[in-house]
Amino acid sequence: MTQLILFNVANGLIIGAFYALMAIGLSLIMSLSDVINFAHGGFLAIGAYLAYTLSPYVGFWGGLILAPILTAILGLIAEKFLISRVYGRDPLYSLLLTFGLAFIIEDSTRFIWGAQSVPYDVPGWLMSPLSADYFFLTGYRMFMVALVALAVGGLFYVMNRTRLGLRIRAGTLDLETVSVLGVNVRVLRNLNFGIGIYLAGLAGVLAAGQLGLQPTIGASVIMPSFVAIIIGGLGSLTGTLLGGLLIGVASGLTAVFLPSATEAVIYVMMALVLLIRPQGLLGEEGRF
Amino acid sequence: MRFDVKKNALSLVVWALLLTAPLWVDRVGAYPELVTQVVVMGLAAMSLNFLLGYTGVLSFGHAAYFGLGAYGVGLTIRYLMPSTMAGLAVGVLVGALAAALIGPMIVRRRGVYFAMVTIAFGQVFYFIAFRWNNVTGGDDGLTNWHRENLHLGFATFKLMDSPYDFYYFVLAVFAICTGLMALILRSPFGRTLIAIRENERRSRFLGINVNFHIWVSWVVSCTFMSVAGALYALLNNFVDPRAFYWSQSGVFVIMCVMGGMRSFWGPLLGAAVYVVLQDYLSSVTPNWMSFIGLVFVAVVLFFPRGFLGVLRRRASE
Repeated sequence: MTQLILFNVANGLIIGAFYALMAIGLSLIMSLSDVINFAHGGFLAIGAYLAYTLSPYVGFWGGLILAPILTAILGLIAEKFLISRVYGRDPLYSLLLTFGLAFIIEDSTRFIWGAQSVPYDVPGWLMSPLSADYFFLTGYRMFMVALVALAVGGLFYVMNRTRLGLRIRAGTLDLETVSVLGVNVRVLRNLNFGIGIYLAGLAGVLAAGQLGLQPTIGASVIMPSFVAIIIGGLGSLTGTLLGGLLIGVASGLTAVFLPSATEAVIYVMMALVLLIRPQGLLGEEGRF
Repeated sequence: MRFDVKKNALSLVVWALLLTAPLWVDRVGAYPELVTQVVVMGLAAMSLNFLLGYTGVLSFGHAAYFGLGAYGVGLTIRYLMPSTMAGLAVGVLVGALAAALIGPMIVRRRGVYFAMVTIAFGQVFYFIAFRWNNVTGGDDGLTNWHRENLHLGFATFKLMDSPYDFYYFVLAVFAICTGLMALILRSPFGRTLIAIRENERRSRFLGINVNFHIWVSWVVSCTFMSVAGALYALLNNFVDPRAFYWSQSGVFVIMCVMGGMRSFWGPLLGAAVYVVLQDYLSSVTPNWMSFIGLVFVAVVLFFPRGFLGVLRRRASE
């Protein structure tokens, strides 16, 4: 029993790390540009499929490095030519635009790579369990958690220690003033979108190795990412990280005791948070 | 009160078309089920527009209440009572109750945050329908039930066998719902909603309890949405979890925007275009989803006011 619980907690932490990577990217874009990027899951799928296509040529490690970067470039292009055109209009339009984009991306991945799920190979030595007792702690899972930690750490470094991060943080508070101070807000929003999409692409590559690859992979992770943001509190990256891990573990534990509620439990948690602490665990009241 | 023909010209055209639909659908290459679907989806979009267009609240989770109405009617007829009206009543009641309970948790949110919370709440019902296999049929949907004939004291309506009887039944329900919505919108309460849409802060200064008004508007909107959902299930004699799925919520919003959010009948037009387009696209290409996505993008970039918005602007110029 203890082992079963440990297994599910570990599993939950890993799934939660995915959600957190997705949610942090979404939250960055939402805070600075007031856009809910429904196509975020689509970009995750693109990252995953690009890694799948590239890895025969550049190997697993090459795919891991290249795929998220290529995804981010696609994100920059989408922002520049589509999404930036609806900034400043009723938020309704940006939602519909990214919604349409999500449809197009999901259908295109199905068209290019087929509706059936395809296998994605991870180096054998990464897949072997670390010990016989804790069979679920494969090297790949440890590696994934380490990589997510690295990505989040890197992001926090950028946000807190670099000029770009400073500008993004200032922009989420008052974009107009930042613009008046001589920062090119267009470029700032573009780069910020790119960072968010990079994280989605990275989550995609990792998910490909863990969950398998199918066109609907993006649609299934985007809602939990919303929940992670709501629970953690919009505007707080630490909160979003916490929210992601929390719902991962919660659904992991629910899988032990009440398997049929595995997915539903996170929405119940969201309802509780909204009732008791509407701004989210680490969010500030009054921002939204 | 004198009836102003000019002012109500659009309503008269809409009703003339809807009432005579069975006479001309075959000639334009359509079939009765398709027209019924237009009316049902039109009701859904108009219900959403009550909140979206007239209260100015960005709801992206209305598929939840559509689905609740649909499962309400299906489960009632399958397990409790083989009666169309009883099923309809239960479906609507369930939808309204869920909206009333969820409402207080979300009415304090605004803008994109409201959208995110509503769409996330919708997913919980999707997973219940998906997972509760032995009752809801899970992913395969709820089957083995069908709409029943309607026996009123003076006549029997063959809802089961005659597609036209069912069409007029749906149209009658549609008339009641849209009539009620129009009445509410003309009342002082409805005017208050429009005031909130135009300027929330000023409304608050006037002493209006904004959150309470939004809550009522939300419940009204979701209730009519579950009527539409129930009719949809009756139309297909079937319901599956996809009725709840979050992409369905986006489809309702695009219907509103495409037709024209600022107009009462706009969403019906948007629904008609969407239903016919989807029906056509899915019959000619397996990649219809991409085309629907392109429609979303095109509407946002080129027709943000919707068809009726464009027409109205032309007329005023």
